[in-house]
Amino acid sequence: MYPEYMNESIKKVEQTRPQRLELAKKHGKNVFPGMGEQERADILAKFHPDYKDDALRELRIGPNKGDKIINEVVDVMESYPRDYPETFDLNKVDMETDILIIGAGSAGLSAAIEASESDAEVLLITKLRLGDSNSMMAQGGIQAADQADDNPILHYLDVIGGGHFDNKPELVDALVMDAAPSIKWLEEMGVMFDKNEDGSMMVKSGGGTCRNRMHSTRDYTGAGICRVLRDEVYNRPEKIKCIEYSAATELILDEKGQCAGAIIYHLESKQYSIVKAKTVIIATGGFGRLHVRGFETTNHYGATADGLVMGYRAGAKMMFMDSVQYHPTGAVFPEQIVGFLCTEKIRGLGAQPVNKDGELFVYPLEPRDIEASAFIKECESNMGITTPSGLKGIWLDSPLIEELSGEGTIEKNLPAMLRQFQRFDIDIRKYPMLVFPTLHYQNGGLEIEANAETTIPGLYVAGEASGGIHGRNRLMGNSQLDIIVFGRRAGRNAAAKVKEGIKLGKLSLQHVTDYIKEVDGLEIDKKHISPIVLPDYIPDHVKAKQLSSEFQGTLF
Amino acid sequence: MEIKVEMIDVYIGGELFQVPKGSTIIMAMEYAGFQLKKGIGCREGYCGACATVYREKGDYKLKGGLACQTVVTDGMTIAMIPFVPAEKPLYNLNDLTPDVGTFTKLFPSVFRCVSCNTCTKACPQDIEVMDYVQALIRGDIARAADISFDCIRCGLCALRCPAEIVQYNAGILARRLYGKYLAKNSPELDERLKELEEGKFDKEIEELKKMPDDKLSEKYYSREIKIS
Repeated sequence: MYPEYMNESIKKVEQTRPQRLELAKKHGKNVFPGMGEQERADILAKFHPDYKDDALRELRIGPNKGDKIINEVVDVMESYPRDYPETFDLNKVDMETDILIIGAGSAGLSAAIEASESDAEVLLITKLRLGDSNSMMAQGGIQAADQADDNPILHYLDVIGGGHFDNKPELVDALVMDAAPSIKWLEEMGVMFDKNEDGSMMVKSGGGTCRNRMHSTRDYTGAGICRVLRDEVYNRPEKIKCIEYSAATELILDEKGQCAGAIIYHLESKQYSIVKAKTVIIATGGFGRLHVRGFETTNHYGATADGLVMGYRAGAKMMFMDSVQYHPTGAVFPEQIVGFLCTEKIRGLGAQPVNKDGELFVYPLEPRDIEASAFIKECESNMGITTPSGLKGIWLDSPLIEELSGEGTIEKNLPAMLRQFQRFDIDIRKYPMLVFPTLHYQNGGLEIEANAETTIPGLYVAGEASGGIHGRNRLMGNSQLDIIVFGRRAGRNAAAKVKEGIKLGKLSLQHVTDYIKEVDGLEIDKKHISPIVLPDYIPDHVKAKQLSSEFQGTLF
Repeated sequence: MEIKVEMIDVYIGGELFQVPKGSTIIMAMEYAGFQLKKGIGCREGYCGACATVYREKGDYKLKGGLACQTVVTDGMTIAMIPFVPAEKPLYNLNDLTPDVGTFTKLFPSVFRCVSCNTCTKACPQDIEVMDYVQALIRGDIARAADISFDCIRCGLCALRCPAEIVQYNAGILARRLYGKYLAKNSPELDERLKELEEGKFDKEIEELKKMPDDKLSEKYYSREIKIS
């Protein structure tokens, strides 16, 4: 339940609701004027966290040396490796495979399934359980322009406009043109998309879309897709070998600079394995658990940017690492679920963001960075609500959904959301939700071409770890799409490359040795080690008593 | 406003710790000094990795729940389950039919259901697990797919089932069969696939890719917005 002192504000929301309902009935989503180009630029500059003076700093090492990027990413890049190259005897290979896939969210799983259609051997490794990933947590939808009034051209415009025209055009092309075939691919594997009686897709709008293009599987869209992919991977043990609870910590190259495998760390037995592979696909996801600027995050426990670090150390270039996506609607109350993602679909269904006086202050479905900035502005202007622990938020008026579309709409369309808040005694059919922007997505990543390959031969990247597709701002439903599109492309192209024939030379970790020399010159504390592998939430007073070396290797 | 943190006793794996009141089991374990490597995932109730058995003070019942969603109570005893080693039969979905025969073959244990409803009571997602098992026995794949939809594969149902059914693996098969065979095809999707194959949009996409930013911007801001 909400604390008593919030009742006054909740009453105001209830008082303005009938008027806002009328507005919505008359104008649909257009209950507040949308922002033009100049207005958008202004609000970003003044209120978006990326634009704060101290958000970025210059990176002093590697291919992006001299670029100003996010502080927390600089921290993991300007760090020592977990173990030194001379520790490993690369002549003693523990496992050999054609294609090594690191990460088992939907990008890694899609890559594995596509690759297994060829004769190639696939080894899929993940540091957690197969499928447990940000992919599994996505709620709202997956975009695909498959409706009669829509087309890939409009989708292209939405993606590149939402990304502020910085996106790599050939990647946007791949994304929107592969969209409908990806939906078909998923459906043929048994994904249950939400449909009308006649089989037509139930589609909704999302922030920054000009058509209803959002396909969903209730509000478990990520899970609806990811669990099918996982089941399919389980069904192909003769083609896809899976190793769980094991993290890749470093890429191995050969003497010619081709990608040739990885060092794998088995988390519980603490052993390392050397894996030789003809091609490697990084599908490790993003950096949410780096808690950029101290923000809470919607992200999975494993989102520690490992792939980004490994790829960068091996010489792959990053793109757009100066931009973070804050999802406008993260829960700020109850305490136990601070940071929890309240899907954009809630606004898609008609819930309106309002301030402490119950007033509308922004068009509900601006692109995410604009919407988030508007929420921050409202709170900084003292129009937000403060929680008992001092966080600020604005109301997302969820009860409006049922007034608009009838009783039962929330239970049918937002079962996960309803359940999550009910666990803590808040009924979102009766009471609004208290939200504030939360760290959600790594807009940039390792630069890829349309075939998902990096500048390092044989190294592919798919999913959130890659950069260029979304420019500096991703729209809702395009990440679920990109992990499938580029996961499949990576799997297919890696398999084709293997088929063409790859001759690997002598395995080498010289790139790590060289990197260490550069880090030495930066006068970094030797305790700064990356990749982080798992975040550490143990309080300082407890950690002070943990004297073994086991907890070294994290930045927190 | 300051919150005063009240501490309570919990037994993690039998060992006593003091943790802040209001913590979830995961928050409590981290506060106590555990860096979790297994039995942890999304921390938001979506991935099902953190199935946990616990017992509350003064109660004899062993309860199950998700560690990221269950709030600790004073005197609670907690044992996390690293993972559930349940069997998953292998199949090629293309070779299957959406009927009861598929389940007789792949999940014969389903037919041993004794209707005790223990699975339903064990489910942290409040799914009527027994009802979907019964639907499978009747060959009602659509109903089983519908009821089991919110399953996150934590495994607590299978761990408690006296008939040794692996409900959640039967559930995903039901949903896949429904999605592939029973859901009606979308005519619009098929039409769009045909258009894409014919290259209907290729020329225009190529033009967009070469367009300078100012023209692209003009096109973007003047596009007609038709959403509902």
